[in-house]
Amino acid sequence: MKNLKQILVGVAFLFGIHAIAQQTPATKQTGTITITGATAHIGNGTILENSTLVFENGKITAIGNQTTPAKGRIIDAKGKHVYPGFIAPAKPLGLVEVDAVRASNDDDEIGDFIPNIRSLIAYNAESKVVESMRPNGVLLGQIAPQGGRISGTSSIVQFDAWNWEDAAVKVDDGIHLHWPSTFRRGRWWQGEPRGFLPNKDYTKDVDEVTAFYNNSKAYGKSRTETKNEAFNAMKGLFDGSQKLYVYANGEKEIIDAVTSAKESGVKEVVLVGGYEAYKIIPFLKKYNISVLVQHTHSLPKKADDDYDLPYKLPKLLVDGGLLVALENSSTSNFQTRNLPFYAGQLVAQGMEKETALQLITGNTAKILGIDASYGTLEIGKSATLFISEGDALDMRTNVLTHAFIDGRELSLETHQTELWKRYMEKYSR
Amino acid sequence: MRKAVLFIFFCFGMFVSNAQEYFPKNEGLKEDNNNYTAFTNATIYVTPTQVITNGTLLIQNGKVVNVGTSITIPQNAVHINLEGKHIYPSFIDPYTNFGIETPKRKPGQGRSPQYEASRDGFYWNDHIMPEQNGIDSFTYAKKDAEALRKVGFGVVNTHLMDGIARGTGVLVALNDENGDAERIIEDASGQYFSFSKSVKSKQSYPGSLMGAMALLRQMYYDADWYAKGKVATKDRSLEALITNKGITSFFEAGDKGNDLRADKIGDLFNINYVIVGGGDEYEAIESIKATNAKYIIPINFPEAYDVSNPYLADYISLEDMRTWNQAPLNPKVLSENGVTFSLTTHDLKKPSEFSEQLQKAFTYGFDKTKALEALTTVPAELLGKSDKIGSLQTGRYANFLITSGPVFDKETTLYENWVQGVKNVIHSKDQKDIRGEYAFAAGGKKYDATISGTADKLKLEVKLDSVKYASKIEYTENWITFSFTDEASKETHTATAIIQKEGTYFSGKIILPNGVETTFTATRTKDFSEEDTASEEKNDTVEIVPITYPNVGYGFSEKPKQQDLLFRNATVWTSETAGILTETDVLIKNGKITKIGKNLNAGSAKMIDATGKHLTAGIIDEHSHIAALSINEGGHNSSAEVSIADVIDPEDVAIYRDLAGGVTSIQILHGSANPIGGQSAIIKLKWGENADGLLYSESPKFIKFALGENVKQSNWQSFKRFPQTRMGVEQLYINYFNRAKEYDTKKKSGQPFRYDEEMEVLAQILNGERFISCHSYVQSEINMLMKVAEKFNFRVNTFTHILEGYKVADKMKEHGVGASTFSDWWAYKFEVNDAIPYNAAIMASQGLTVAINSDDAEMSRRLNQEAAKTVKYGGMTEEEAWKTVTINPAKLLHLDKRVGSIKEGKDADVVLWTDHPLSVYAKAEKTIIEGVVYFDLQQDAQKRMAIHLERNKLQKMMLQEKEKGGKTKPPKRKENKHFECETLN
Repeated sequence: MKNLKQILVGVAFLFGIHAIAQQTPATKQTGTITITGATAHIGNGTILENSTLVFENGKITAIGNQTTPAKGRIIDAKGKHVYPGFIAPAKPLGLVEVDAVRASNDDDEIGDFIPNIRSLIAYNAESKVVESMRPNGVLLGQIAPQGGRISGTSSIVQFDAWNWEDAAVKVDDGIHLHWPSTFRRGRWWQGEPRGFLPNKDYTKDVDEVTAFYNNSKAYGKSRTETKNEAFNAMKGLFDGSQKLYVYANGEKEIIDAVTSAKESGVKEVVLVGGYEAYKIIPFLKKYNISVLVQHTHSLPKKADDDYDLPYKLPKLLVDGGLLVALENSSTSNFQTRNLPFYAGQLVAQGMEKETALQLITGNTAKILGIDASYGTLEIGKSATLFISEGDALDMRTNVLTHAFIDGRELSLETHQTELWKRYMEKYSR
Repeated sequence: MRKAVLFIFFCFGMFVSNAQEYFPKNEGLKEDNNNYTAFTNATIYVTPTQVITNGTLLIQNGKVVNVGTSITIPQNAVHINLEGKHIYPSFIDPYTNFGIETPKRKPGQGRSPQYEASRDGFYWNDHIMPEQNGIDSFTYAKKDAEALRKVGFGVVNTHLMDGIARGTGVLVALNDENGDAERIIEDASGQYFSFSKSVKSKQSYPGSLMGAMALLRQMYYDADWYAKGKVATKDRSLEALITNKGITSFFEAGDKGNDLRADKIGDLFNINYVIVGGGDEYEAIESIKATNAKYIIPINFPEAYDVSNPYLADYISLEDMRTWNQAPLNPKVLSENGVTFSLTTHDLKKPSEFSEQLQKAFTYGFDKTKALEALTTVPAELLGKSDKIGSLQTGRYANFLITSGPVFDKETTLYENWVQGVKNVIHSKDQKDIRGEYAFAAGGKKYDATISGTADKLKLEVKLDSVKYASKIEYTENWITFSFTDEASKETHTATAIIQKEGTYFSGKIILPNGVETTFTATRTKDFSEEDTASEEKNDTVEIVPITYPNVGYGFSEKPKQQDLLFRNATVWTSETAGILTETDVLIKNGKITKIGKNLNAGSAKMIDATGKHLTAGIIDEHSHIAALSINEGGHNSSAEVSIADVIDPEDVAIYRDLAGGVTSIQILHGSANPIGGQSAIIKLKWGENADGLLYSESPKFIKFALGENVKQSNWQSFKRFPQTRMGVEQLYINYFNRAKEYDTKKKSGQPFRYDEEMEVLAQILNGERFISCHSYVQSEINMLMKVAEKFNFRVNTFTHILEGYKVADKMKEHGVGASTFSDWWAYKFEVNDAIPYNAAIMASQGLTVAINSDDAEMSRRLNQEAAKTVKYGGMTEEEAWKTVTINPAKLLHLDKRVGSIKEGKDADVVLWTDHPLSVYAKAEKTIIEGVVYFDLQQDAQKRMAIHLERNKLQKMMLQEKEKGGKTKPPKRKENKHFECETLN
C-alpha cells in the first residue's frame, strides 16, 4: 500500500513538471510579416541572398530579392539566415519523455504485427523534449511507434500545439515495418556462442511478413468477414494513400524488403536506415525507392568499414541519384535537436551546403508526402521557418532569433533556457 | 538393488585384477609375472633428440629396465622384433578434464544477483576453491582413454575445470587394465587457476576480468596473512592454498592478453604459472617471450568461414578471417622464439582432431622435433615428473608408441600404444602393408587397381581401361573386403580375401553383379611409394597473410616511426594565453614541440604545408570507455581494488576511429555500477603498441566514483545491494573512508596489518596520491560528496557528467573541483531532467575548469563539434570552447605540463585540421602523438584499399578450402563493443 502511494506520488510529480514547463503555444498569425535582408535557404538546393520573404495567414505570399515589396511587420534580418523548419522523421518524440522511466514510455506496444497501433493519440504535445527541438530549428516531426515487426502507424505533427489534435499535420501517414535481420545474437545462456550468428529463422521471419501482406490484401476484398483491425490498417498501403517505412540496413535485407513489398503490391515504399544501401543504388533506383538514411553521427557497423562511412553514406546515395533525407531513429529522442548538425557533417564530406540542407527540409517533406505545404520556402507553402544568426548547420552559428510554425511566432524558450537564465541570475546577485 | 549388487561385484573384480602386494587374494591364486619384454631392432627415440637405431627396449613390470644397442637381454624375456619400426615415448597431455566432469551452469535460477558467499568456513568468495581436490571427483573414463591412446597419448593431467581457484589435479596413465592404485601417478599434480567464475555459484563478485584479477591478488595476500596465524577463524580454502604452496600452479589464461595478465599476477607473488594459452600468442610474441613463462598451447586452429554467401561473408571481420589463415603459425612462432611449451588437446571437440591439426602446424613450418618435445619431455617437466614419464630412459614408465615410421609423417601408422607396460593395439603391426598397384582379374575382365592411403584409412581405386569405378575397401585382422560399382549401370562387385604374410599376390572370393560367386586374383605390379603424397604436401604450402600492428583491420604493416616535422604557415590554436596564432610555423623534434614562430628553419625536419589549415593540440577525452575489455565491476558496492589498466585492449578499432577524430589521449574510466568504482587508465592512442605501450608513463592516479541512479541500481531489478538511496551513498563513503583511515593509521604505525588492495587505494585518496573523477548528476549529491571529502580533509578532483553542476558552480569553485561534462545530453533518465546544454558555459563563467567529454565511442571521435556546442549554448568564446577538449581536460588529469596545448617543450601531440577545428565542416587530416603520425587521411585511403584486397584474397582462399572439402563454419559478425558508463559486464 505504501509502495503504491509512492509510485502514484512519483507519477504525479513527473506529470507536474511537464505541465509547468511547456511554453504556451503561439496564437494564430494575424498581421502580415516580412523578413528582409536575410540569406534565404530555400530547401530545394537554391539560395537567395539579401532576400525578402512575406507571409500572411500562415502562408508564404512572396519571396524574392530586395525589390520584393515588404508588408506589415518587418523583421530586419540583415546578415542572418532564414530556413524552412527542419523535419525529423521516424521518431517517437512525445511518446517517450524519460528513457529510463518506464511510466513515461508509450512508444512500444506488445505484438509483432500491429499496424492499427496509432502514435498520434499518445503524442504528448506538451513534452519538454519536443519543446527543446525548436531552438535548433527542428519544427516538425513524424511520430513513429517502435518495436516489433510492424510497429504501427505514424502521424506527422508540428511542434507548437495545445494537444495532439491541434498538432497533427498529416494523420496516419505511414506504417513502420522493421525488417528481420540476417544476423542475430547467440543465445549464450542456451549454449550458443556469444556474438552475432546467421539468423536461421530469417526465411521464416520474412515469410511471416509476406503472409501478413497477403492476408491484409485479401481482407480488403470481402465485406462479410469479422473485423480485423490489423489487416484493415494496412489498406492504405495497397491504394497508395499511406507509405510503408521499412527499416533495413544490410544489403540482403534491403533487397528482400523492397522486393517483397513491391511483389505484395505496396505502392509507396520508403527505406529507413539503409546502412548498406550504397551498395545497391541501381536496384533502389529501379524501384524508385526513396531513403530516410541513418544520420551521420553514428559508428561504422562493421569492424573494417571506413571510419567515415556513416559520415558520407547519405552523400553516396545522393550522388547515386536517389531521393534522400536524414533520420535518427536509432538515437534517443533528445538527440533529434542535432538534426541540422547531422546534415552539416555532410559538407565536410564534400556535399554542397544547400544540398545537405535539403536532406532535412525539402527532401524530407517530399518523402513524407507533406511537400505541398512544408519543406521549402516557396509561395503558397506554410510559413514554417526560422531565422538564425548564422549558418544553422554548424554548431557554432546555429543561434535562432525567430521561429514560425504556420506563421505563428513561437517561443524559443524552453525548460532548459529558463534554468539557464535562472541560475545566471543567481550568480549575478 | 540389482545395480548395487553389480557395482559391488565390479569393485571386487577390480581389486582382484590389480592386486597390490599386500592385498590378499582369494578368487584365484596369487602369482606374479616378473618376465621381461624386449623390443628389438627398432629405431628408438629415448628422448626427442636421443635416437638409437637398431636398438632394444627392455621393460619389466610396467617400467623401462634398459634401452640401448648392446644391452643384455635376460633369459626370461619375451622378444618382439620391431625391425623397420619406430618406438617413441607416448604423449602427455598436461591439460584435460579426463575423468572429471566439468560442471554445467544450471539454467534459470532467476536474475537477482547474489552478493554474499554461499559457503561457510571457506574463503569469502565462492569462486575461490583451492580446497577442491580433483581426485575426489575422478572416475577413470575408459572410452575417453581409448580415444586419447589412439592419437598417441599415454598420460594425461586432469582437474575440475570450474572456478577461479580450482584446487589440485590428477596425473593419470591411460592404463585400462590396472586400477587407480597403479595408473594414478600423482593425485596433487598441480594447482589450477583461471579468470572464469564457477558455474556452481551465482555470487556476483567478480563480475569482470579486472575483478577476477583483483580477487586472485587479494587471495594470495590473504593466504599470506592467514599463514602468519593472524586469522582467528577457520578458512579451509586458504589452508588448502597454503598447504599446496610448493606445487606447480597452472593458469588457464585463454588468449595472449590474458597470458600476460596471469603472468603479471604471478610476478607479484613470485609464482611461475604454467600458462594455458589461447593459440594467438604469435600476435604478441615479443611480450609472450618476455614473460619467461612456460606454456601449454591448444591447437584448435579455427575452421574457415563458409563465405559462399557473399552477403553474409561481408559481415566477417578481417581480423577473424586472418585468424583462420594465421593461427596455425602459433606453434612455429613460439618455438622459433624459444618459448617452452607443451601441446594439449584442450579446446578440441574430440582428441581425434589432434593429429590433423598438428599436421596443419607442420604445413606452417612447425619443427617436428619441437613437436615431439612439446608432447613428451616438456609436459613431463612442467608436471615435475621427468623421472617417470616423457622419455624412455631406465626407470621411466613403459609408456611408448610403436609406429611404422617417423611418428609425425602423414603416412605413418600407429601400431601400438603401451601404457605402464600394458599393450594397446591401435592397428595391427603384423598386418601386412598391401598398398601398391595391382593387376586384378575377375569374371574374365582385367582391371587396374591401386591401394593407397594410411593403415587407418586405405583408399582403393579400380579402373577398367580408362573407366573409374566407385570403390570401397576395408582391411582388418588380415582380411580384406572391397567393392566397386559401375556408376552408369549401378552394377556392383563385392569381394573378400585373406592376405598371406608372404608374397605380393592375393586371391579370394568375388560376387559378380549377377550374383555369381567366383574367384579373383590380384598381383602387385608396383610397390607403394611415398613420393606421390610428398608432392601433394608441396601443393599444401599456404599463403600466410602478414601480421599487422595491431593484427586487425587498419593495423600498421610496420610500426610507425617518430619524425621531425615542421608545420608551415598554419593557424595555430595554442590553448595557451598566446591564443590563436595565424600564419605560424610549429617545429616538432624528438617527439616534442620545440619551436613556435614565423619562418622557422626546418633543418632536417620534414615540412608540411599547413596553409589554410589549423593546427591544434590533440583532443583529450576525460571520460572514455573504449579500448578496455571490461568497464564495470559491479559485484561489490566498492571495487577500488580493480584497475582498468589491467584490461586495456590495444586492438579496439575505436582507438583508430578516435585518432581519425583528432583525439590523442583518453582517460578510460571504470563504469558507474557502484559508488566506489575502479582505478582509471590514462592512455595515449598509440595505435599498434601493446597495452603497456599505450599507458602514460608515470601516470597520475585516478579512481572513478559514482552517485545517483546507477549506484542505487534504480533502473534494473535489484533491491539487495546497499545503498538503495542517496542517503545510503553518503554513509557508504563515510564508512569506507573511516576504514581506510584506520587501515592507513595502522599501516603507518608499523604494526602488522592485513594487506588490502581496496584499502590501499582508498588510503591513497586520503593521502592525496589518487584523484577522484566522480560520475554525478544532481546538485544534492554533488554537494554531499564535497562535504564528505572535506570531512576527510581531501578534495574531489573532478565531477564527471556533472549535469547539475551549474546549480552549485559556486560551491564547486569554493571546494576547488573541476568539471567534465556532456555538451547536450539529457532526458535519458529521471536524474537528468534538469540537465541543460548551458551547463558548461555557466560553470566556466564561475571560474571552474570545464572539460567536454564523450562517455561514448561515437561522440569521442568528434569532440571538436561537442566543444563547439558551448559556443551555441551559453556563448563561450571559441578560444575557451577549444580549451574544453584540450588544456582543460589535461588540467583535470594533471597532465597539463605534458599535453593539452601547443607550447614549446610539450609532447608533440597535435592535430592538423582541414578547417576551423570547432566547425562541423572540419576533418582531422593528420593526428600525431609524440612526433609519430598515427592517423593520416592519405594513409587511411591506402589502408582501406589494402583491407579490401586482403579480404578478397582470404575469402577466395576460404572458398577454395570449402571446395577442397575442408570444414567450414558459418559466418560470424564481429560485435561492435560499445561501452558506456551504464554498461554492466
